[in-house]
Order: sequence, then C-alpha cells, then structure tokens
Amino acid sequence: MPETNPKPQAEHSNWTLATRRLLERRLPLKNMLPDRQPYYVGSWVYIFGVVAIAGLIWVVGSGVVLAFFGPQWWHQSSAGRFVNSLHLWGQYFMAGWRDGRAATWMVGVVIFAVSIVAAFTGFISQQNFDGEWIAVNAKDATNAAGIGSFFNVLNFGQMYGLHIMLLPVMVVTLVAAHIVLVRMHGVVRPIEPKQTAQPADEERAS
Amino acid sequence: MDTPATYLAWNFILISIPNLLMIAAMIVLFVIALLAPFPSDAEAVESEDNPDA
Amino acid sequence: MTMSDPQDRYYAGIRMVHFDLVKELVLALVAVSIVVIGLAGALSSPDDPAVTIQTWATKDPVDFVTTATSELSGQSGTAQYGPPYTNIPDAAQAVGPIAPQAWAGVSTPIDTAQDFVLRPLGFAAVGNPTLTAALNTYNAASPDQQQTWLTNYTTALANATVGNDEVSVAAGDYGPVPDLMANMLGLARTGALDGLLLRSGTLYQTDFTLPLLFMGDGNYLPDLAAEQHLTGDQWGMMNETGSYPGQTWLWLFSFWYQVPPFNTASNTDLVVIILMIVLTALLALVPFIPILRDIPRWIPVYRLIWRRYYRGR
Repeated sequence: MPETNPKPQAEHSNWTLATRRLLERRLPLKNMLPDRQPYYVGSWVYIFGVVAIAGLIWVVGSGVVLAFFGPQWWHQSSAGRFVNSLHLWGQYFMAGWRDGRAATWMVGVVIFAVSIVAAFTGFISQQNFDGEWIAVNAKDATNAAGIGSFFNVLNFGQMYGLHIMLLPVMVVTLVAAHIVLVRMHGVVRPIEPKQTAQPADEERAS
Repeated sequence: MDTPATYLAWNFILISIPNLLMIAAMIVLFVIALLAPFPSDAEAVESEDNPDA
Repeated sequence: MTMSDPQDRYYAGIRMVHFDLVKELVLALVAVSIVVIGLAGALSSPDDPAVTIQTWATKDPVDFVTTATSELSGQSGTAQYGPPYTNIPDAAQAVGPIAPQAWAGVSTPIDTAQDFVLRPLGFAAVGNPTLTAALNTYNAASPDQQQTWLTNYTTALANATVGNDEVSVAAGDYGPVPDLMANMLGLARTGALDGLLLRSGTLYQTDFTLPLLFMGDGNYLPDLAAEQHLTGDQWGMMNETGSYPGQTWLWLFSFWYQVPPFNTASNTDLVVIILMIVLTALLALVPFIPILRDIPRWIPVYRLIWRRYYRGR
C-alpha cells in the first residue's frame, strides 16, 4: 500500500485529515494535471479556453509592468476579450454545462461580467480624451443605478485603484475556481442523441 | 492609426471598419476551429495506473 | 485505482489517449505572445491627449462662457441633474417604483454657481479690486436681479463675437456678469481654473469630478466626441478613437440606445441597466432554461466538434 493509515485512535474528529481526504477524492492531482484525455477531445475548439488563459496572463503581466512605468503602451483588452468570446461560444455549442457542470458555466459568466468592469475601469484610467469622455458618459449609467457617489467614475484615484488591485484579484480568483471546476469534473462527454441538456445533479455515464 | 476610422451605416446600424473586421475575424476563427483537422497521435492508454505515480 | 474517483466512473468505457496540458498552455502562451507583441509593435495604441478647461477656453471661448453662465444661473446640465449632485424634484430616472437614483440621494452635493464660478473667482479676486467690486455687486443683488442679468446675457451670447481673446456681446442690461465672465475666461485660458476646480483641501488630488462635469456641460467636449463617433447615439460605447478597434463586446449594451423607444426616453440609462442585468442573469442560468439550453442539441455544431467520436460509434 503506498499510503500508511494513521492509527484509528488518532483520527477522531481530525479536520485536517478530513480536509485532505476530501481534496484527495475530489481534486486528486492526477485530475488537476492529467496526462490523458478522452479520445474525443480532438477539435481545435478545445483550445479557446487555454488561449483565453494565455491572454489573461498577458493582460495581468503587462498590467504589472504598466503600473511601474505609467501610461499605456498597447491596447490589451481587445485581444483578450476577443479570445474570451471564442471560448464562450465553443462552450455554448458543446452544452458544456451538462453532467453536473452548471457551476462551471455560471462561474464563467460571472468572470465575463467582472472582466467587463475591470476593462471599464481600465479605460477610465487612461487619462486621455477617451478616458475623459467615457467617464463623463458612464456617470449617467452609474447615477441612474444609484451608485454614482459610491462608485464615482469621475474619481481617477478610485477607478485606478479598483482597476489595478481589487478587480484583478477578483478575476484571477474566479478564473482559478473555474479551472479547478473544469479539472475536477473533467471535460464533458459528447452529446448523446437521447440525452437532454439538463445540468443534472451528478455525473452519469451516459 | 490616429485618423478617424471609416464607418459603415445601414438603417440604425453604424459600425467602424476595424470593429467589423474584429467581429468577422472572430467568426472566421471559430469556423476554422470547428472544421480544421486535429492532429491525432492517438495512442490509447491501456492501463489506468499512472506509470510514474 | 486507489480510491473512488468520480472521473473514473464518468469516463468508464471511453478510450483515453495521451495529452499534454502543460505543453498546450506553453504553446498557447507563445502564440499569444507573438500576436500581442506583433500587434503592439505595429499598431501601438490610441492616446488622444486629454482636453482641459484651458484647451476648451482657448479653442471655443464662446461655448466656455456660455457654459460658465449656465452654471452661475443654475441652468446647466449638472445643475439640473438631480441626485447625486443637486436636489431637483423628479429629475431622477425611474422605472415605475424603481428609482435607485432618487434613493441614493444627493450624496455628492454640488452648488454649480459657487463651485464652478464664484469660489474660483473669489480666489482670483484677492489683490484684484475690479473683480472684487464686480463680485460684491453680484453677491449683493437680489436673486431676481441676478437672474435677469444672467438671462439677458445668455440670450446675447447666442450672437457673441470673439476678438482680442475676448468675448463681446451687444450692449444690454447684464450688470457685473460680463466682468465676472471675462475673468473666468482669463482664469481658464491660463490653466488656473483646471487647478482651482480640484476639490479636496489637501495636496494630493485624484478626484476630477468638478472639471469633468464642467466640461461635460459644454458643447466643445461632446462635439469632439461626435467627430470620433463616440456619442451614445452613434454606438459610441463600442468605438475607439482613431482607427483602432473598440469594445465590440459592448454591442448589446450599446444597441438599446440606438432604437426606439429607448433612444428618446428620459430614463433610458436605468432601463438599459436593468435590461442588461436581467439578460446577464439569464446567460448565467442557461443550464436551467429549457429552450435556450436545448439549442446546442438542435443546431448540431457539436457533431463537428466531436466528429471523431461519432464516426467511431
């Protein structure tokens, strides 16, 4: 046996052990970093997820550099969001939420929404004509929603702080959760003719 | 790149050429991903055990 | 199998093949790097310099003076905005009983006459007896008298001329208002007004609420935006300055502002926000929505994606 069990009397109510057992069962390393996939993972559509991750790495990395050096060098958000859109449509047509994967889909939608806010605060922080104009207009939306004083788009300090600190933390945390969910469930099986597209409570083998 | 873009107008739709190209590129890439053959070095993994566990 | 793994059950009977996830990520990173660095090197990024009150006053002094007058008279966009800036009844956007703008109240109070005109002029009046006298005359007059001067002056500004860096209007009963405005123009042209409008009483300034609202009340800034197709009724939210692609993912948010009845309603911002929140929630809940979640089965794009699998069956 590769693992030696601790003596029974040491186990009574050990939360650490219980946590470790849970992780070993639900998130075993062999599923987090698998070296094999079902043979039906044979379409370029599958790469959009990892390309979106690569885009995010670039966005965060270049953002760190910008924070050191000041005004923008290049326009990141368009490229990253472009890839994200490809990823979303791929998952829609695969009905990727099936077989217990509804949470993965929903986290994905939340990431989309949060990253729009992250991009928005970025545009406002440009300190150029575009940033001014966006702020002057966006205030009408935030004011109409009653949050205009709390989330003041005309306050550069607040918008910049949200953009470089709070929102990146939220996006990265959500993306990590999304990836863990994908690895935990494994890729969804192909749609079967008789199957419905319901998320289902647990994973069934066809 | 700093000169204003050309815009296409049709009914209430008003779109810049760069934006139209972005949307078109997205659609084209998606279709290519659907249709392009995927390399298959499909050597089946027979046993469940991971050889370097 | 060492312990019960749900994935082993899920993939039971399915042939597994070798796959290298880490190599895939590295390759994706390399590919994205090439694209990103290439695009950035070739195209750079848009950076039209910010408009300042100084630019505005220099390029379009009549518009500047007209706007400053409207701030003083309480007729500007900001003055009439309602919450969170001013207390104007019925100014808040509402959809039936839903009126978050009103609920939030006047949480960033602005007195346009004081904040945009009289306080900055007060600073400039130190050591300037002519301006001090003009301010005293204005402040001592009754509100009705002030409004009369301001209304007359606003009307006259429609036919104003610019000469020697001064805005001139036909003769009329304007009281000290032309003097006040001439000083406002002077402050603006030198760049002093940009600084005087920054709010906080400390050294560090990050809140540009006042200068931005002031510029937004004029025509100069919006006209520049319209030239670049950035205004709300030009799908502006989706666009970028110059020939750069913009935020195409905002197409749906932007769409509502182009079509009736939204494009003429007074509560469009609130309606669109509510609509987009509902649609985003629906997107998140697609797995649970009957017809939406069945479309992928009916439109068999999946047959292309998994054609290897179906061929083998």
